[in-house]
Amino acid sequence: MFRFIGRRLLVAIPTLFLVITAAFFMMRAAPGGPFDMDRKLSPEILKNVEAKYGLDKPLAVQYVDYLADVVRGDLGPSLKYRDKSVLQILKENYKPSLIIGLSAITIAALMGVGLGVLAALRQNRSVDYGVMTVAILGVCIPTFVTAPLLVLGIASKLGWLPTAGWNDGALPNLVLPVIVLALPQIAIISRLTRAGMIEVLHSNYIRTARAKGLPESRIVGKHALRAALLPLVSYLGPACAGLITGSLVVERIFNLPGLGKFFVTSALQRDYTVVMGMVIFYAGLILFLNLVADLLYAALDPRVRLA
Amino acid sequence: MSASILVPGSRKGADSMQAAAVKGRSLWDDARRRLLRNKMAVTGMVVLAILVVLAVVGPYLAPYAYDAVNKNDVWMGPGQNGHLLGTDSLGRDQLARLLMGLRVSLAIGLVATVVSLIIGVAWGAVAGFVGGRVDEAMMRFVDVLYSLPFIFFVILLMVTFGSNIILIFVAIGAVEWLTMSRIVRGQTLTLKHKEFVEAARAMGLGRGAIIARHIVPNLLGPVVVYVTLTIPAVILAESFLSFLGLGVQPPMASLGTLIANGAQDMELAPWLLVFPSLVMVVTLMSFNFIGDGLRDAIDPKDR
Repeated sequence: MFRFIGRRLLVAIPTLFLVITAAFFMMRAAPGGPFDMDRKLSPEILKNVEAKYGLDKPLAVQYVDYLADVVRGDLGPSLKYRDKSVLQILKENYKPSLIIGLSAITIAALMGVGLGVLAALRQNRSVDYGVMTVAILGVCIPTFVTAPLLVLGIASKLGWLPTAGWNDGALPNLVLPVIVLALPQIAIISRLTRAGMIEVLHSNYIRTARAKGLPESRIVGKHALRAALLPLVSYLGPACAGLITGSLVVERIFNLPGLGKFFVTSALQRDYTVVMGMVIFYAGLILFLNLVADLLYAALDPRVRLA
Repeated sequence: MSASILVPGSRKGADSMQAAAVKGRSLWDDARRRLLRNKMAVTGMVVLAILVVLAVVGPYLAPYAYDAVNKNDVWMGPGQNGHLLGTDSLGRDQLARLLMGLRVSLAIGLVATVVSLIIGVAWGAVAGFVGGRVDEAMMRFVDVLYSLPFIFFVILLMVTFGSNIILIFVAIGAVEWLTMSRIVRGQTLTLKHKEFVEAARAMGLGRGAIIARHIVPNLLGPVVVYVTLTIPAVILAESFLSFLGLGVQPPMASLGTLIANGAQDMELAPWLLVFPSLVMVVTLMSFNFIGDGLRDAIDPKDR
């Protein structure tokens, strides 16, 4: 177990290193710099500012310096938001993203698994077709379509919910963003669950359980579900990536003070350190979730041995 | 079940398809019959055919140019002043813009998929055929890439080199090849022990020639299925970039830019949002129906 975690961490560190390197040099290859403004700075001032942030040194030196800082846990100061460090920006803005993301994935998991099991148990009947239709719609209607349409219909025309804003995370403000973010995940999870469930229900050990005379609820709830959920666990990593992608859109449309907007704006403004901070944060998050998924997989599937 | 194939770790899609492609000619006749019996898939094909014709021919037939600004016809509702789908804040005819946007989105979907196809098939075929350490290293690389927040790299790419259409093709194609390479590798592993490969080797054919002449053509079945599922994914990715303002640049239109613009003005002119959204959803759905139908047709076991 610990050896397994250790080995995965040994893979994760070079991966993270690769990501940092690629992002660093891509960002620096972009034309323009963080101090290009409408009103040009005089060369002397520009020189001073660049010297302050170490941007006047050769690129290779900056790269090594940056890596050293990251290893020490220092992501540097923002070049655009004055007097803020990247860590501060992360700390001050992670909450809305986290709350929305966690709620969405929790709801998506519960609804998706529920619907998937229901569809599998009623295979080729109207419930099944209904669920699968919803699932196909969920996959085919992208977040940037559902979000504005829901805002237009439910918030604007009917006035049931606020159209946008965070309002300190008040429940009515959360409903629409979470629904929009959860919908595609519900679709994918219910399809995965249904497929897994149908396959498992035809397997021999389920027949054995039936022959033993176990009640159906126990067969489905305990024996079948556990095996049917395996493909879902390996979907955890991609699901998280999908949520992050979705949150970029959702935070923009609902005007939420989350991390999503920093990535795009900072990249456009060449705020090197903030972009790097975001990349490291999200890549680390995904790597961590992949590790969790592997561990869960092993816990659920006795055939997998961690070594 | 289209999702199962897209998910790393779930190898069911790739494995179950392996049996299919090697049975020879009659398989394709069978598959065609099964595909044509599938109402959803046929509907998808008909709708897609209509969409493609509209995208290719439509912009020439539209009564207005997609970028023609018309100061007298600003904010026209659908049907007003001869604008079937209304106009936007600059008085541009939305029908013309929608047809152009459809063309651009479909073109991006197609070209980027071809890019991902070339990379994915080459990578997977080489890894599967060479095997051993090379295979392990190559697939490890794919695993690592899988665990990255890819959209960020595409965004960085767009910021770095400025958004031009060629780059969108390449960037998205370069992101979408991973699953393809896994499917192809799985197929290749089973193919390389077949007699006809051995015969080719006995006749003195080199590795490259065997891969190109014997392995790749036999991979066709599962690859075709995955291609029909990659195209909508690519269209989606492009629209996503356009929505963030990083994709196709105005006055050029794609479905994504049209939806993004529509979302900005939806209170004032809901038709700007509704029509492109509708076309987008119909396009994605028809591709998905065809993909699912093809999979069921080529691999009846999985139904």
